Amino acid sequence: MEILNAAVAGTLESSDVQVSVEPAEKGVALDLSSSVMEQYGRQIRAVVLETLERLGVASARVRVVDKGALDCTIRARVECAVFRACGADAAAKNIPWGGVVRE
Amino acid sequence: MSAEKRSEKNRLRRTMLFLSAQRPSLMKDAYVFGPDSVIFDLEDAVAESEKDAARFSLYHILRRVDYGNVERIVRINGLDTPHWREDVRVCVAGGADGIRIAKCETADDVRAVERAVCEAEAEFGVGQGRTLLMAAIESPRGVLNAVPICESSERLFGVAISGGDFRKCMQTKYYPSGVEMLVARGQILLAARAAGVQCFDTVFTDLDDMEGFRAEVVQNKEMGFDGKSVVNPRQIGIVHEIFTPTAREIREAERVVRAIRENADKGVGIFQLDGKMLDVAFLPGAERTLALAKASGMYEGDL
Repeated sequence: MEILNAAVAGTLESSDVQVSVEPAEKGVALDLSSSVMEQYGRQIRAVVLETLERLGVASARVRVVDKGALDCTIRARVECAVFRACGADAAAKNIPWGGVVRE
Repeated sequence: MSAEKRSEKNRLRRTMLFLSAQRPSLMKDAYVFGPDSVIFDLEDAVAESEKDAARFSLYHILRRVDYGNVERIVRINGLDTPHWREDVRVCVAGGADGIRIAKCETADDVRAVERAVCEAEAEFGVGQGRTLLMAAIESPRGVLNAVPICESSERLFGVAISGGDFRKCMQTKYYPSGVEMLVARGQILLAARAAGVQCFDTVFTDLDDMEGFRAEVVQNKEMGFDGKSVVNPRQIGIVHEIFTPTAREIREAERVVRAIRENADKGVGIFQLDGKMLDVAFLPGAERTLALAKASGMYEGDL
């Protein structure tokens, strides 16, 4: 998927994560901060990168502010931000559930 | 993962806990509160601009979090919105046990959702018929159509009366006596019982008035409801306490069932037990008490 515009998904509430994506020239630049950076920083980074790869995002600037979200919430927020950045809105149809959007 | 487990149409549903699908923090572990069912809400609890985000969160929660024996129902957006079809797709793809249809007014509303569910089950390779339905009746027209709604689909396990919108339509408000809801509650109960589906009462939103809540739940039980939607985990224990038969009621029901069966074997139709006249008409009630007791883990006997 090609990132066309800047988009955000998620909140800064506890157990949530806020993901911002914007277009970039080349490659994925990930800026991560987390309330549980010490214990889970590496895992969160891995989940974010893996989700971006699954969605076929080759280039993007991505900022992640984590407040202790479960892995499945991180995936959901990354997916939502990417779909929004590709032009999908709140009434988007035919999301590929079980396709590129999966566990 | 319970995606392949078949949903149970007539399971115990004393409490259905509403949780906003906009808040992953609420959805990630609400099974700890022990409701019989949860209702992940894509409708009113989710802001219009966050409908997409709520669906992504819901999908992953449904796929990933093990709710054990807690049934997972999703309230979808109304049929007059651009959202409900995508809501149905995500529910089926995620493996929700059931879908709650908001603002249901006619049997055709149920059948429209049923068709979308069938298509989604085919699309995502989910067993045909796995996804159950329930209808929330929120308007005078819905109440008047309660019978056809209750008989609209094999997938429909029950109906709920929803008080907020209904009271507004009727130009009234909440009263502790429940008089403003009496006809609507009675009408959907009659329809549900005639059709053989379950019936649930509306939420009680004043969390500071636990006495008022308790009184309403007692009235629900006396009227014959199967359970109630709840908005806060603190309400769960009270509903379960009121809807679960007491040890004494269970003992009595057990004696009634035994006595009726033994007398029937002897060719006796009507007889006395502890000074009360009993006949076969008392059997279904006593059996239902035992079934409820069994389902709530209060009875392990052989009846």
